[in-house]
Amino acid sequence: MRFLPNPLRFIPNFKGFDFFPHDLRLPFMSYKGLCLGLSIVGIVLSLLIIGVRGFNYGVDFKGGSMLEVQSKSGPADIAALREKLGKLGLGAVQIQGFGAPSDVLIRVEEQPGGEAAQQAALAKVMTALADQYTQRRIEVVGPAVSSELRLTGIIAVVVGMLAISAYVWFRFEWQFAVGVVLSLAHDVLLVAGIFSLFHLEFDLSIVAALLTILGYSVNDSVVVSDRIRENLRKYKRMDLDELLNLSINETLSRTILTGVTAIVVLISLYIFGGEVIRNFNLAMLLGVVIGTYSSIFIAAPLLGYLGVKREWVGAAVKPAAGSAARKARRENMAFK
Amino acid sequence: MLHFSTWKQVAIILTCLLGVLLVIPNFVSKETLATWPRWVPKTQLTLGLDLRGGAHLLLAMEVADVRKDWLNTLRDDARKRLREAKIPVTAVGITNNAVQVRLVKPEDTDAAFKSLSGLIQQTGNLILGTTVTDLEVTKADGGVIRIAPTEAGLQHRISSAISAAIETVRRRVDAMGTTEPNIVRQGSARILVQVPGLQDTAQLKELIGKTARLSFHEVHPAMSAEEGRQRPPTGYKVYESDDREEGAQLLNETPVVRGDELVDAQPAFDQRTNEPIITFRFNNAGARKFGNFTKDHVNRPFAILLDDKIISAPVIREPILGGTGQISGSFTVETANQLSIQLRSGALPAKLTIVEERTVGPSLGADSIDAGSRAGIIGAIATIVLTILAYGTFGIFACIGLITHGVLTVALMGLAGSALTLPGIAGLVLGIAMAVDANVLIYERIREEVRAGRTPIAAIDAGFTRAFITIADSQLTTLACALVMFWLGSGPIRGFAVTLTIGICTSIFASVTVVRLLIYYWLNANKRGRLTELPV
Repeated sequence: MRFLPNPLRFIPNFKGFDFFPHDLRLPFMSYKGLCLGLSIVGIVLSLLIIGVRGFNYGVDFKGGSMLEVQSKSGPADIAALREKLGKLGLGAVQIQGFGAPSDVLIRVEEQPGGEAAQQAALAKVMTALADQYTQRRIEVVGPAVSSELRLTGIIAVVVGMLAISAYVWFRFEWQFAVGVVLSLAHDVLLVAGIFSLFHLEFDLSIVAALLTILGYSVNDSVVVSDRIRENLRKYKRMDLDELLNLSINETLSRTILTGVTAIVVLISLYIFGGEVIRNFNLAMLLGVVIGTYSSIFIAAPLLGYLGVKREWVGAAVKPAAGSAARKARRENMAFK
Repeated sequence: MLHFSTWKQVAIILTCLLGVLLVIPNFVSKETLATWPRWVPKTQLTLGLDLRGGAHLLLAMEVADVRKDWLNTLRDDARKRLREAKIPVTAVGITNNAVQVRLVKPEDTDAAFKSLSGLIQQTGNLILGTTVTDLEVTKADGGVIRIAPTEAGLQHRISSAISAAIETVRRRVDAMGTTEPNIVRQGSARILVQVPGLQDTAQLKELIGKTARLSFHEVHPAMSAEEGRQRPPTGYKVYESDDREEGAQLLNETPVVRGDELVDAQPAFDQRTNEPIITFRFNNAGARKFGNFTKDHVNRPFAILLDDKIISAPVIREPILGGTGQISGSFTVETANQLSIQLRSGALPAKLTIVEERTVGPSLGADSIDAGSRAGIIGAIATIVLTILAYGTFGIFACIGLITHGVLTVALMGLAGSALTLPGIAGLVLGIAMAVDANVLIYERIREEVRAGRTPIAAIDAGFTRAFITIADSQLTTLACALVMFWLGSGPIRGFAVTLTIGICTSIFASVTVVRLLIYYWLNANKRGRLTELPV
């Protein structure tokens, strides 16, 4: 490679804009009681809202049919559609505009009489629409599949949380795992609560979003935990609260920069990504914001309450970064 | 220290080039692709049904039907065996999911038990590698013998019924002339049918919604359906018509010939009336049975049943010895065509019901691709701008890493043959945002080490080493989520999980290794010894 001219010589050297004051020491830990309190209130409110209002389940979980249709000419006449479909005797038929004025989303509730009845209802609606609308999307889910999907959805989120906390337990200590699992439950419950409050449609894609939120939020928590572990080795006599606060502050620039990048990308997906995945993107957006908050204000402060044994960090490690790195490398290899 | 051996450099660069080579076909039309030399990879990313449009149907087999059928066969077999063994019986019937035999003489019990035990078959258990019996034959007091299917036996039956049904469904879907249908088993008693490009699912549903079990039955010579309803003679049963033209008839329960002995069925027109009809041909055994039957029953009616409903009951004018015949039953051209497809492809072993349907029209698919790529490009540009703003020259390296990440993810998806879905595009874009996290971790660490007073090279080295543990931890936890999603997986979500998983795997290579190599080259270009400041 030596004989080739190095193309990187032509890239100008310039420093990035280090937007973040690094000696900043925000006293996060002094607000830990307030934040935990707020979050507990948030969780209780979420549970209450979910309990009272329930979810606006999509066809995936509720069963029934959903059709997205496009008017063949001009904007869709929703009132006329409502009247026409109301006469079919299919129970509650929800009709709403969907993005463009020519697009309409129709939801037909689950028909009594099992799987075949859903297909019969769909056929009726299709016949009624055939001359004025073209179909863009049809989703019909029968009672057997919808109840299965509800169950798998719940199992997936719970298993996801358990898998993550098992991993964190394995890599760190049980206190970290408890902190992480509580903050994850916090994230999931708050996003679910917001969906329930605003009656946003809750379907299988939202479960996927919740799982991704778990991944993102734990990512944040792991970065902070990693720093906590490192600092525990480095500063043996520092007060735990002070040490947690230091760790949060040291990783804050990364937390914010990564969070901002993710949020910018998600906003772009939310605005330009189309109607079909809008709710999915909204859930992700909420999750990233809440997840970032929880890893700073919930996961780390919880460690302060649970307490961390200092001994597990390993005896007689010199605070020098070089030896910490070597030890870390060894750990990493052992882990692999 | 920061060093790469020559072979390592070559391997990294070759990997990136290979990725580019694998991605290029996606930007070229299929026609141009065909003119390229043979050694160039030509695999294009498959688009999921939500992007290219198409139908997705989940069919469930009626397990109760499978059981009922099996019990019926068992009952017939039991009767036959006892007749052959000359053991008189009072009744052979089906009660409580089992065949129950009541003997005339209780002292025959042992002989009958021995004879009926011959019905038991061994079915292999693939998982345990052992064999289990498919039936349980038990003796009870008073000359009663029960033959009950075991759970393993039933599972085995369902399993083979599903395999047979998949073949039948495939033949029927193929007859529609659609391209690349995907028909696979899902779970224990379900079949997933995916037909890309198909929008009007009515015909598809019609085709696979019928069992299409054809059978030819003898009509009771003397009794009418009305008389039969009141006092059905043994072996005979009243069958209803399918409301086309024939009324109910009293028919022999055991068919003369069944549809599975057909070798061909074609739609045609009756030469006299010009009505749509179906012509069919039996195989040799079927032709012989049908010939013998028609020879003995000249000038008497027989009935043609489809799914246990009479569709036609013509009178036999003369013996039909050639094994060919025709069915007329007030068909339309379309229904005649459909039924002939169903008859040709064979009957389904049990009824299939549609438990889930998802259809996306091609226009929505195209719109979704547009929206997805627009959002993706805008999101990626925003990420790149942010990264370069935050990290300067090293930010540019991070962006090259990000692009490599995107290229390799798409290349691997193409190789793995996993389809790109709309949530998959979101996963791809999100993957880019999360891959950037690796670089953020590294660079923030480098800045910290610089602030702590390290020399530039030592800071870079420490930054990569220290950040790597955190990167690995965070990627592995995300991986855990992705695997759970894959397991939860239904269609689009699985697509999202696959993209996320592949993205995680490539991000370690692209955002860590590639960026590290770039920094190594940059150090070489900037005379590493004299470096005082890092452009980060």
